[in-house]
Amino acid sequence: MTPWWRDPTLRPAIVACLTLSAAVGVFGVSFGVGSVAAGSTVLQTCALSLLVFTGASQFSAVSVIGAGGSIGSALGGALLLAARNGVYGLAMSRRLDGSLGRKFLAAQLTIDETTAMAVAQPTRRAQQVAFWVTGVALYACWNLGTLIGALAGSAIDPKTFGLDVAFPAGFVAMVWPLFSDQRARLAALVGGAVCLLTVPFTPIGVPILLSVLGVLVGLQRPANAPNSEVIQ
Amino acid sequence: MTWTLIILLAVGAYAFKVTGLIILGGRSLPPVFERCLGLIPAAIITALVMKDTFTVGQDLTLDARALGIAVAVIAAWKRAPLIVVIVLGTAVTALVRQL
Repeated sequence: MTPWWRDPTLRPAIVACLTLSAAVGVFGVSFGVGSVAAGSTVLQTCALSLLVFTGASQFSAVSVIGAGGSIGSALGGALLLAARNGVYGLAMSRRLDGSLGRKFLAAQLTIDETTAMAVAQPTRRAQQVAFWVTGVALYACWNLGTLIGALAGSAIDPKTFGLDVAFPAGFVAMVWPLFSDQRARLAALVGGAVCLLTVPFTPIGVPILLSVLGVLVGLQRPANAPNSEVIQ
Repeated sequence: MTWTLIILLAVGAYAFKVTGLIILGGRSLPPVFERCLGLIPAAIITALVMKDTFTVGQDLTLDARALGIAVAVIAAWKRAPLIVVIVLGTAVTALVRQL
């Protein structure tokens, strides 16, 4: 069998995986900048990307702590966001082969992007190649981007350059594609409203936890987009 | 940021990944459970946008950030790439602060 890196049928998928990884690396720069702007050290910022390695949870934890929230509320919101990686794991376990040790390594790489790139491929071999290429390239780019952003962010005054808005602007870009599903729109509307209404009356960080009430409201509606179901 | 939070988050996030990929393996969850997990990002990420745009501590505020985020929303709506959304949002906020 042709090795995967020389197989012409796999080339378009590999190019797509590497392009995505490079784009996520740029996002990593914004995480690094925003994290030091919110009061983390360069070392802590890099540790988050190396060890946690799931973007939305990292952003959420740093944002809540930066605003003055407790460890408990920062952890709660971040873990709620990390829970969906468990569902991605279910989808990937049917597609990945290899030893248990290899699977423990694969687990750390099981996130939105690697799962999406893998399940989009037509054959089992292409799915595995897409998963590992995206996983390794994205891990490298995300962490390199984080380091560059953290170093740059600690060299300048973040507010002068509006860098305190890097997080919410990034969140806007992250959440927008989800709004193609009307249940997600409703969950977002209710979640955002609950957050703003409870900010003055609850400890910092708690409104983020309360926003999951939006999920219960969103669930009442039927899905209306073909790609809105969680990947199977 | 504290190291306690970093370690707890790292362990918790990895635990979710391992639970799905290795412990539960090929089994499936009740559909309603998977739908719940699918909707969590929309609710929480929107709440984070609201918090980071309209609050300082426990106070609701309206300042330069609101205009920056409004421009970011328009950019996202026009399907601009992620980096363009971020640069526009931060640049507009910085400009408004200079006025």
